[in-house]
Amino acid sequence: MSREPSPLFVAKRTYRSRRMADAARFLPILGTGLFLLPLLWKKSSSDDAPMTGTVEVMLYVFLVWVFLIGAAAILSYRIPRSDETGSDPEQD
Amino acid sequence: MGKKVLLIEDEQNIIEAVSFILSRDGWEVKTHSNGHDAIDAVRSRAPDIVILDVMLPGKSGFDILREIRADEAFSGLPVLMLSARGQAKDVEMAEHAGANQYMTKPFSNAEVLDAVRNLVTA
Amino acid sequence: MATLNILILASLLYVVLLFAVAFAADSAAQRGRGRWLGSPLVYTLSLSIYCTAWTFYGAVGFAARSGLEFVTIYLGPTLVMIGWWWTLRKMVRVGRSQRITSIADLISSRFGKSNALAVFVTVLAVVGTTPYIALQLQSVTLSYAAFAEFGATGEAEINHSLTAFWVAAGLALFTIIFGTRNLDANERHHGLVMAIAIEAVVKLFALLAVGVFVVWGLAGGLETTLARIEASEIARWEVPGSRWVGLTLLSAAAFICLPRMFQVMVVENDDERHLRTASWAFPAYLMLMSLFVVPIAAVGLDLMPQGSNPDLFVLTLPLSEGRDGLAILSFLGGFSSATSMVIVAAIALSTMVSNHVVMPVWLRMTGGSAMISGDVRLVAMRARRLSIAVILFLGYLYFRLSGGGTALAAIGLISFVGVAQFLPALLGGLFWRGANRKGALAGLATGFAIWAFCLFLPSFGPFALMPQTVLDQGLMGISWLRPQALFGTDGLSPVVHAFMWSLSLNTLVFFVVSIFSFPQPVERLQGAQFVNVFEHSTTAGGWRGGKAQSEDLLIMSQRIMGAGEAQALFSSAAKAQGIDGYLPEPTPDFLSELERAMAGSVGAATAHAMIGQIVGRATVSVEDLMAVADETAQIMEYSSELEAKTEEQERTARQLRQVNEKLTQISVQKDAFLSQISHELRTPMTSIRAFSEILRDSADMNEKEQNRYASIIHDEAIRLTRLLDDLLDLSVLENAQIMLNMQQATLAELLDRSEVAAGMAEGAMVMIRDPEAEDIELYTDTDRLAQVFINLMSNARKYCDAEAPELRIVAHVMGTEVTIDFMDNGTGIPADKQGTIFEKFARVSETKAGGAGLGLAISREIMARLGGSIQYLPGQTGAAFRVTLPLGVEKAVEAAQ
Repeated sequence: MSREPSPLFVAKRTYRSRRMADAARFLPILGTGLFLLPLLWKKSSSDDAPMTGTVEVMLYVFLVWVFLIGAAAILSYRIPRSDETGSDPEQD
Repeated sequence: MGKKVLLIEDEQNIIEAVSFILSRDGWEVKTHSNGHDAIDAVRSRAPDIVILDVMLPGKSGFDILREIRADEAFSGLPVLMLSARGQAKDVEMAEHAGANQYMTKPFSNAEVLDAVRNLVTA
Repeated sequence: MATLNILILASLLYVVLLFAVAFAADSAAQRGRGRWLGSPLVYTLSLSIYCTAWTFYGAVGFAARSGLEFVTIYLGPTLVMIGWWWTLRKMVRVGRSQRITSIADLISSRFGKSNALAVFVTVLAVVGTTPYIALQLQSVTLSYAAFAEFGATGEAEINHSLTAFWVAAGLALFTIIFGTRNLDANERHHGLVMAIAIEAVVKLFALLAVGVFVVWGLAGGLETTLARIEASEIARWEVPGSRWVGLTLLSAAAFICLPRMFQVMVVENDDERHLRTASWAFPAYLMLMSLFVVPIAAVGLDLMPQGSNPDLFVLTLPLSEGRDGLAILSFLGGFSSATSMVIVAAIALSTMVSNHVVMPVWLRMTGGSAMISGDVRLVAMRARRLSIAVILFLGYLYFRLSGGGTALAAIGLISFVGVAQFLPALLGGLFWRGANRKGALAGLATGFAIWAFCLFLPSFGPFALMPQTVLDQGLMGISWLRPQALFGTDGLSPVVHAFMWSLSLNTLVFFVVSIFSFPQPVERLQGAQFVNVFEHSTTAGGWRGGKAQSEDLLIMSQRIMGAGEAQALFSSAAKAQGIDGYLPEPTPDFLSELERAMAGSVGAATAHAMIGQIVGRATVSVEDLMAVADETAQIMEYSSELEAKTEEQERTARQLRQVNEKLTQISVQKDAFLSQISHELRTPMTSIRAFSEILRDSADMNEKEQNRYASIIHDEAIRLTRLLDDLLDLSVLENAQIMLNMQQATLAELLDRSEVAAGMAEGAMVMIRDPEAEDIELYTDTDRLAQVFINLMSNARKYCDAEAPELRIVAHVMGTEVTIDFMDNGTGIPADKQGTIFEKFARVSETKAGGAGLGLAISREIMARLGGSIQYLPGQTGAAFRVTLPLGVEKAVEAAQ
């Protein structure tokens, strides 16, 4: 079961693009956390003065949404694209 | 009754010409026109001499000759080979296979007739 | 009433537009133009079929009932899309490299190409999707009725089921026309995807337009809108945590598992890079779709009369304000959402039904012999068309039976939970090599049983399919088996409850059964293929050829993929191996490639079985078992680089071997050629000499004999001349010294002329021709081309050994080329002779039927000069030759120079 050991140090560019792939993996985890956050906010159960309304949550959710879209857009242009296969006529 | 010649050749016109020349000289001419069962024809006709073409459908004349020579009954049977491929190595091969004489097409009628007469009387 | 008429007119025009767009895109793609058809933008827009009528109308209703909760339905897919690096990337890669045609195909292919599993998934997909199609039909009829209500004054009642029926029929027609143009499900349906992209734009635009109208037109600006929301019934943030989490997970799962999403995301994917763009662009689309939902709901609740259906606010708000134009736009948006979903779902399901149910049954019924003799292609095409019609009819039936009373969102969620059951098998298959078929089957069965018991059956209402006592007291009176409170879990909403239990038990059973059972070898091979797809995405394991007969394979694949495509595949494979012609060696690589190509038409399991039948090895061999058992020999252990190198070396070696063989052959051929010429010249000469001597030496010959011998001399002299002519012709052609005499003529004329010259009228041979197809203008050296035709015809006449000989001539224009096939019904040319018939002095049969064997060699040279080619076409009923000629003027001239 021994695989070729991968080199310990790689070129800076390769290193950078691998970390970008890591970021792409992390993004949905971050997104899940952010979207779950409002559940911890104070619900409007009783007539306590500071309560969270639909408007606040809505604004928050859409802000997070826009942030995630932006981050995904930036990442999608920065992660390695070497191993992707385009539509080459040979294969199709 | 003249002596028997077996002519193994696939070109119809050549068969006709050779038959004409030999029968006019008093020979009884039998013909056979493919390579597959040529050896059977030799066995059944029991000729005094065989005239054998090299390029035959089914089997080459050299192979047929080898078969003839492999049979002890025919080890002394005179064989005259005719070939349209006038190459040096063909002459060699013919000798090797056991031909008594080798002749290149086109031949003159007199040559064939002389050769047949010589081979049978010798 | 005027509005209603305008609405109908607008819808009809819209449908015509869609037809036109689809048709134009299809024909652009066919002509090889329109790269833009496969752009990332179109791909992203096509994903929007996730947003059905349920989103368009239902989201507002959802929001009006339970506030912000609706947004979870879009958060799930957003998270999946931005997490594409984890899952979707792998799914798309596997889908492309294995030529997967549907989600059923993916699961069956992963678990040992098991058709039982495929059938199971197919049935479940149909059960899960039919209500959803019904939902779309319902939304169209409801929105139409809403229009009628506002516009009509005492007008006759709108017939709902009639509207639904015509919508369903129209959709079936559209789907059949644009969805079954080509059999290969892997070939993209460009026209259809384009139409769907347009619909995506329309629905987004319509919803945004209504949103802008509501916020700035009705509510009076952003701040007042927010104030209105604060003042409305949905101002409170009181979504239960379980529903917020549960629905987000559910929508994420459904997004991956929905057959229609799989269709657009994986099957219609043109280029893996598009996923990269869609990873952020599609979340943006979803965000825009949800942007105005809460404002519309809040304003609608405020302005509309009590008791009006919040599901239709998007339509009724503009209508009640008298904005008919906007209302029509909104109607078209909803219409687009409904139709695009139905079309794609029908395609996805029909592919599954025909590939996994109809085709296997048909193949079994015809005993396997049909793969060679029958027309598989036609059957598959019909099966697919019929399935589309049946699926839409089922949707319509469900609509009729359910009566259309339930709130829209409820059906959508029930459907979601159903298809989400594929998730464990799907993800397990992609990421865990230990997952196996028994586990997948057991998990799926468990999940679906729970889904049906807890959610699907109760959804028909308390008395329809499930007695109230079961609902209240549990199955057989056991309170732990209450459908909506399994094991005493009482506090959850039915959907989240069913989702949680079905999916977790599904996963558990899948996992446990996988661990304790042993997979078959094919499963293990496929498992390695799928899980490690990025390490070796091009090598699929399995076939060790040997006994396979390339020609049989060609015949079979012609039946399935169509002659042109199969021949192209075979000849390119042959070329890659460094072999000329149409018949490559049946190497394992080639067989795997062929299997994948065929899987695109008939599905993985069937393709595997068909090739297995011909290769003579339907099951896995001992070598495969050894390879799997021996860990060191496993494919995954090769570094892909090493693999590529070995392949490269092998190819080079094969080419070198071939060149070497060719050189030796040429030298041998030269000798043989000389001795052949000698033979061909000396033979007639012998007769001439012998008979002229006979004539000279015999005085006593009668006239009849004299005449006979003279005419033999004459004939042989002519034979000699003809031979010399041929040799000269060939040498001139080979040295490219000929001047081409270019002329205009139709193919039909040329063939007529050649037929006369070849003396076809005299023989018994029957000519079968198609004058219409032959009406092709050619600009070429017509005399030379006719020479080729004459040669082919007279060969057929001489050598065709059928009792009732026939020669069929078939002309085709393919792109810039015209191909003319000459096919007789004799025994054809034996495989071992096919390689040499174009060589000089090659004769197939041993009997001399005249000619020195130069005809085909000359024909080949002529065709090369004319810029075309002539080839033997294996795999036909008799001997078949294909003449290929460029149509263009430029090409022929170029070739001549």
